[in-house]
Amino acid sequence: MSEPIVRFENVSKRFGETVVMRDFDLDIAPNEKLAVIGPSGSGKSTLLRLLMTLEQPDGGVIYVKGEPLHHMWKNGRLVSADQKHLRKVRSHISMVFQHFHLFPHMTAIGNVIEGPIHVLGMKRAEAVARAEELLDMVGLADKKGSHPSQLSGGQQQRVAIARALAMQPDVMLFDEVTSALDPELVGEVLNAIRKIGREQDITMILVTHEMGFAKEFADRVIFIEGGRIVEQGPGAQVLSEPRNERTQAFLRAVLG
Amino acid sequence: MSDNVWDWAFAWKILPRILDAAIITIEATLIGFVFAAVLGLLLALGRRSRNPLLSYPIAGVVEFIRSTPLLVQIYFLYFVLPEFGVVLPALVAGILGLGLHFSTYCSEVYRAGLDSIPRGQWEASVALNLSTYRTYRDIIVPQAIPPVVPALGNYLVAMFKETPLLSAIAVVEMMQEAKIVGSETFRYVEPMTLVGAIFLVLSLVSMVGIRRVEAWLRRKIMG
Repeated sequence: MSEPIVRFENVSKRFGETVVMRDFDLDIAPNEKLAVIGPSGSGKSTLLRLLMTLEQPDGGVIYVKGEPLHHMWKNGRLVSADQKHLRKVRSHISMVFQHFHLFPHMTAIGNVIEGPIHVLGMKRAEAVARAEELLDMVGLADKKGSHPSQLSGGQQQRVAIARALAMQPDVMLFDEVTSALDPELVGEVLNAIRKIGREQDITMILVTHEMGFAKEFADRVIFIEGGRIVEQGPGAQVLSEPRNERTQAFLRAVLG
Repeated sequence: MSDNVWDWAFAWKILPRILDAAIITIEATLIGFVFAAVLGLLLALGRRSRNPLLSYPIAGVVEFIRSTPLLVQIYFLYFVLPEFGVVLPALVAGILGLGLHFSTYCSEVYRAGLDSIPRGQWEASVALNLSTYRTYRDIIVPQAIPPVVPALGNYLVAMFKETPLLSAIAVVEMMQEAKIVGSETFRYVEPMTLVGAIFLVLSLVSMVGIRRVEAWLRRKIMG
């Protein structure tokens, strides 16, 4: 495997008394499509939230492109990162949320150009042109002037995907992005993700309950329980012929 | 006395004087409120700062101002500051007093408004790598403003109704003018009644205006 783009090294995370990740190790290769499955409370969302710096690890180090994410080197020692370092390393990562979290006071295109203009320093005209391309890619060219309240859940989530992609990240995180959608809207969002996977050189980490999609889309599936990786491998193996009995039990429960 | 408790001709004659003074009242209210609204926002943001050297002193100042009477503060600005070489004209001291006092109430309103923004909006801002300044300017504050307009409007009207306190430092606003008319003519019924009536009318009109502004802002910001 080439140099990992993301590395979790001995990472642990507690919420009060509850340990959600313990001595967690994981390497993710550039351009890899990784699906993360597991029961609720298993730590899979925490994995993404740590990587987006929405949570701080209690122990261990996460590296992105070889650089520590929540820490920085100072006099040969790892210390807590300052805002400047955090913003620099964080710029490689972008995230799509379960509940979209679009900015309700901005139009679809306003949501997509906010970051490129004010974070990437792009000219407005260029940001608008790229945002139009991205909205077109997720099938929403005609909705660019709509506010989130005027869009369906599936449309909102596709705007959120365009917004995350507009930041030109190396790593995109998808946190149960179809879980809040009505069943008939799931397909359009998964199609947008498929398209990105096909057309972009980008590492994708997806926490998902869509087992069929995980099997077809991901290069690797990891099953997490109790803050540890219980089983991992190609989707066809982990999801169709799981070796670990806890994976088997989980899949029986999910697939019925 | 019984047949001339209220003298229409007299009331009509002094009305222009009272209305002239009402201009000062309105001026003090509007300038004072702009001051209160802007300073209040700064106080609210400062109080949320992660830096305790900023947030703690601000919290202390806010609590101090809120817990002492406005009249004491106005006297302090007008009578005590000159002892330290700061001499303010009465109207300026009065406006400053109103503005300072109400900025602390406004800051609490903003604080509630900022707290009402869902956590997801902050998280999306982190995911877009927006700076703290950008997050407030583009994401949080625009959403926090429409819900705080009614409460800010209530304080605008409350502040308007506190302006007679300025008569205590001889600012010739409506109340002071009415007192002058009274002392000149020994008739207090008409000037005081007119002052009350003008306050009533302007308060009611402002309330309607504030509701309109709120509805307009909501449409404009939320699309």
